[in-house]
Amino acid sequence: MSDFLNWITLHQQIIYIVILMIFVGIEVIGRVPSVLHTPLMSGANAIHGVVIIGAIIVMGKAEHDNYLALILGFLAVVLGTLNVVGGFVVTDRMLEMFKGKNKPAKGNKTGH
Amino acid sequence: MLTLIYLIGSVTFILGLKMLSNPATARRGNLIAAGGMVLAILGTIFLYEENGEKLGNYGWIFGGIAIGTVIGFLAAKKVKMTAMPEMVSLFNGMGGACAMLISIVEFNHLVNLHTSHVDYEWFAFGPANRGSLVISIIPAGQLFIIVLGLIIGTVSFAGSIVAWGKLNGKIRDFSFKGQQVLNIIVLLLIVGLASYLVWKASQTGIEISGFALEKNLPDESFFTEIKFLFYSIFILSIFYGVFFVLPIGGADMPVVISLLNSFTGVAAACGGFLYDNKVMLTGGILVGAAGTLLTILMCKAMNRSLANVLIGSFGGNKTTAGGAGG
Repeated sequence: MSDFLNWITLHQQIIYIVILMIFVGIEVIGRVPSVLHTPLMSGANAIHGVVIIGAIIVMGKAEHDNYLALILGFLAVVLGTLNVVGGFVVTDRMLEMFKGKNKPAKGNKTGH
Repeated sequence: MLTLIYLIGSVTFILGLKMLSNPATARRGNLIAAGGMVLAILGTIFLYEENGEKLGNYGWIFGGIAIGTVIGFLAAKKVKMTAMPEMVSLFNGMGGACAMLISIVEFNHLVNLHTSHVDYEWFAFGPANRGSLVISIIPAGQLFIIVLGLIIGTVSFAGSIVAWGKLNGKIRDFSFKGQQVLNIIVLLLIVGLASYLVWKASQTGIEISGFALEKNLPDESFFTEIKFLFYSIFILSIFYGVFFVLPIGGADMPVVISLLNSFTGVAAACGGFLYDNKVMLTGGILVGAAGTLLTILMCKAMNRSLANVLIGSFGGNKTTAGGAGG
C-alpha cells in the first residue's frame, strides 16, 4: 500500500492534469445544440484515437525476437490508425452533410 | 521538442472539441483536431525517446499505419450516410481494442522482465543497505493502470462490436431473466479479481531497513497465478461488454455508443498514465469527460434518464465514474 501511495506522490502532476481535464471536457461541450450530438460524438471518437501513440510506443520498443509483442503491437497500430483516420473522415462527412442541410435552418433561426 | 508537440496536440484537441460544439465552426474544429493528431503521431514516431533510446521497428510501424489509413479511409468514405452511427461504433471498438492490446503487451513485458531475471540477490548489495528501502518486483501502481486499461478497453471493444452488429441488424436484442443480476455479478467479479491481482503484486518485494533484509520474492507459481488472474479478467471483461450492450434496444444505441466512446477515452488515458504521455492523457480524459456529459445530454434530448436506457446494467455507469477518477 505504501508502494501505491508513493506512486501517487510521484505522479501528482498527472493527477492534477486529470482533474483539470475533466472540468475542461465538461465545460467545452456544455452548450452543444442537439443537432450536433452525433458529429460531436464522432469527433470525440476520433480524438481518443490518441491511443495510437501508445501502440506506436509498444511497437517501437518490442524486441526483434518477441513475436507476441510484435504481432499484438502491429495489430494495435493498425486498429489505432483505423480509429483515428476513420473517425476524422466520418466526422468530416457528417459535417459536410450538415452544412448543406443546416444553412437554411440557420437562416430561419436568425430570421426569428 | 516532443513536449512542445504534445502541448500543441493537447491544445488542438481542446480547441477542436470546443469548435465541434458550434455548427458554424464544427468542420474546421474537426480538421484542427485531426492536424494536431497527425503532428502528435509523427512526433512520437520520430522524436520519442526512452532512456535515450529511440523507437525501432519503423517498418512495422509504417506498415501498420499505412494499412490502417487505407482501410479506415475507404471504409469511412464508402459508408452510406444512414450507416454512419454504426461506423462510429466500429471505429470506437477499434480504439478500445487498441488500448486492450497495449495492456496485454505491457503486462507480458512486466511479467517476462522479472521471470527472466531469476537471480534477485543483487538487490541485497544495492546502494541503499542502510536506512529503509523498498524495492518492488512487480510495481503495483503500474499493474493497476495496466489492468484498468485492459478492463475498460476490452469492455468498450466488445460492447462496440455488439452495438455495431445490432445497428446493422446482424445481432438482435437478446435478454433473459436475471441478466441484470448476472451483469452485476460479473462486474463485481472483475473488480474483485483485479483488486486481488494488484494486492498480490504489492505484497512482493524486498524491504531493507537498517541491516535487516526482508524478502518476499515471487516464484514460478506466483507468475502462473497472476497470469491466470490477468487473462481471467480479460475474458470476463469481454463477457461483460457483450452482455452490457445486448439487452439495450436499437433506438437507444447512440447513447450507448457515446458511453462506450467515453470508456475508450478513459482507456486511452490509462495509456497516458502508463507512459507518462501528456497528449494521450489529455486527449483521453477530455473525451472521457466530454463523452460522459454528451451521453447525459443525449439522454436528456430523448427525455430519458441514463439509468432508464441502461436498465440492463446499471453497474456500467459506475465504472465510468471510477475510471475517470483513476
